[in-house]
Amino acid sequence: MKIVACVKQVPDTTEVKIDEKTGTLIREGVPSIINPFDQFAVELAIKLKEEHGGEVSVISMGPPQAKAVLTKSLALGADKAVLLSDRKFAGADTLATAYTLALAIEKLGDFDLVLCGLQAIDGDTAQVGPEMAQRLKIPQITYAENVVFEDNKFIVDKLTESGLEKLQVKPPALVAVITPSDFVPGNPPFSKIMKAKKKPLDTWTADDLGGDPERFGLNGSPTWVKRVYSPPRKEKGEILTDPPEEVAKRLVEILAKEGFL
Amino acid sequence: MIEVDAEKCSGCKKCVKVCPYGAVTMADKLAVIGDECNLCGACEQNCPEGAITIQRKKVEIDESKFKDVWVVAEIAENKLKNVTLELLGKGRELADELGQTLCAVLIGKDVKSYTKVLGEYGADKIYLAENDLLEFYNTDSYNMIISGMILQFNPNIVLFGATHVGRDLAPRIASNLELGLTADCTGLSIDEGRLLQTRPAFGGNVMADILSHTRPQMATVRPNVMKKLESPTDKVPEIVEVSVNVDPRGMRTKVLERTEISGVGAVKIDEADVIIAGGRGLGSKENLKLLQDLADELGGVLGASRVIVDEQWLPKSQQIGQSGITVSPKLYIGAGISGAIQHLVGMKSSDTIIVINKDPNAPIFEVAKIGVVGDLTQVIPALIEAIKAHKAAQ
Repeated sequence: MKIVACVKQVPDTTEVKIDEKTGTLIREGVPSIINPFDQFAVELAIKLKEEHGGEVSVISMGPPQAKAVLTKSLALGADKAVLLSDRKFAGADTLATAYTLALAIEKLGDFDLVLCGLQAIDGDTAQVGPEMAQRLKIPQITYAENVVFEDNKFIVDKLTESGLEKLQVKPPALVAVITPSDFVPGNPPFSKIMKAKKKPLDTWTADDLGGDPERFGLNGSPTWVKRVYSPPRKEKGEILTDPPEEVAKRLVEILAKEGFL
Repeated sequence: MIEVDAEKCSGCKKCVKVCPYGAVTMADKLAVIGDECNLCGACEQNCPEGAITIQRKKVEIDESKFKDVWVVAEIAENKLKNVTLELLGKGRELADELGQTLCAVLIGKDVKSYTKVLGEYGADKIYLAENDLLEFYNTDSYNMIISGMILQFNPNIVLFGATHVGRDLAPRIASNLELGLTADCTGLSIDEGRLLQTRPAFGGNVMADILSHTRPQMATVRPNVMKKLESPTDKVPEIVEVSVNVDPRGMRTKVLERTEISGVGAVKIDEADVIIAGGRGLGSKENLKLLQDLADELGGVLGASRVIVDEQWLPKSQQIGQSGITVSPKLYIGAGISGAIQHLVGMKSSDTIIVINKDPNAPIFEVAKIGVVGDLTQVIPALIEAIKAHKAAQ
């Protein structure tokens, strides 16, 4: 079984501030990690490979330092990795990102399954997975908590707003995962990280991918950001430390005033 | 522009079956695309030989060609979702400002009866597509039908709820038609005739205003943010029936089993006005009873941080946060929740936030309107008593 997992490097904390003067993000000093949803995608890919044989390729689009998340994926058990890195990719919105990733997946050759995290914790859009699936002309399942392979079909547990669905899809397909509540992210030991450094990790540029240069990066992005700013600060809240009965009285006042009683 | 590669076409007729608009026929074992074609892409997606290609040329936008504000309606458990009515409320404002028509897109099996409510909440016109096979949401069939409608009627703006369905469907359509799409908007307005889309990023620490330079301008919008019309009208909307053909072979994912997890209470957490949420600080499952009593007094539903769901004290349907559900009720009361960032991003846009925690340094105090430093097992019973006394005195 050939599986491609897509990963993104994201800032470790959502406590990212913006420079009030320039309106740009301050990401300095914030450690970068593999997007948690994507780590589950990688580990699920490796589990499926261990059960059914095959190969796991991991791809990421990002600056050269994003290699770190690919090395981690290799240490977790992926077989090879490709970083898509080129200044031409800069400023890509979700559609241009999906275009770029889909080209890379096609270049890797035939596949049975593309796994990706539902969304990245910095952008939270959840759009790249479906946009890739459409471009690759394959079916998709989002909000997936698990994937198994039976009788040449993938059986996927999908979380819906009212419960769960068990879905079936034939390969090739794309599955976008959320981390199930019992998932404990693997943390490969140093020895595995050293070994991972011997696995193939290539860097592909826009020229390597071919495709329409007008569809990469900012040029290929139909949406553009007009302005980035800090949300209006909420007023400092009122802190109550009185005995319970006093607190209860004040809370009832507030609840009544706001129309909840 | 759509082309059939005669070398590759095997004459298998799959494209004929999956075309929602009945536009594909066979001549001498070769697919022929007729005038009914909306370029929705169903044949391209389903051709086993890769023989059909659609080239969508990038053209300068002629804004006068794109008119009307569309809201894609969503039905759950025999009811229109609240977010659909909220989008109609916002859509009404946008359409009035642009001097355009507000339309709803309604897809399903025997769903015509919902047109009445859509009209009452603001829709001037309804594009209706009914078919027995559309009873449940399916990415492929819904994608093709809505993509086809967009290409046929050229709306200016298309809005979806940022629900599990909306977030699965909207990017698929955007990619199919090569359109810009903005996710999880919390604000929409008209800026020099264009749709200004406001969304949070980086867990809500940053806001971004976004414009699309493709038409229609598309966005998914968070539930519980926009306001539905306060007093429904008695307007009867115009109904445009769009006839569609649905073939199960074009629906590539099949549902084997559907399990409804009955939530705690009749109202789903993402639609609740009042949520009483508990976290690790509850200490024991028995203390959930306190929260339930408080929820009963306030007409609310129970919510939980992840640890409570991991302990199986409450079902996954009640989990608030990044790996659960994003909520923004009118009133959120959090008890014994310290406020990990993963939880905060799922609730910080709630209107009134009251938190109760022993630890005055808990991060959740940062987002609270009212922060109570105290023992929830004492504060909540006192609060329930005080509410009862207040009600009795009325």
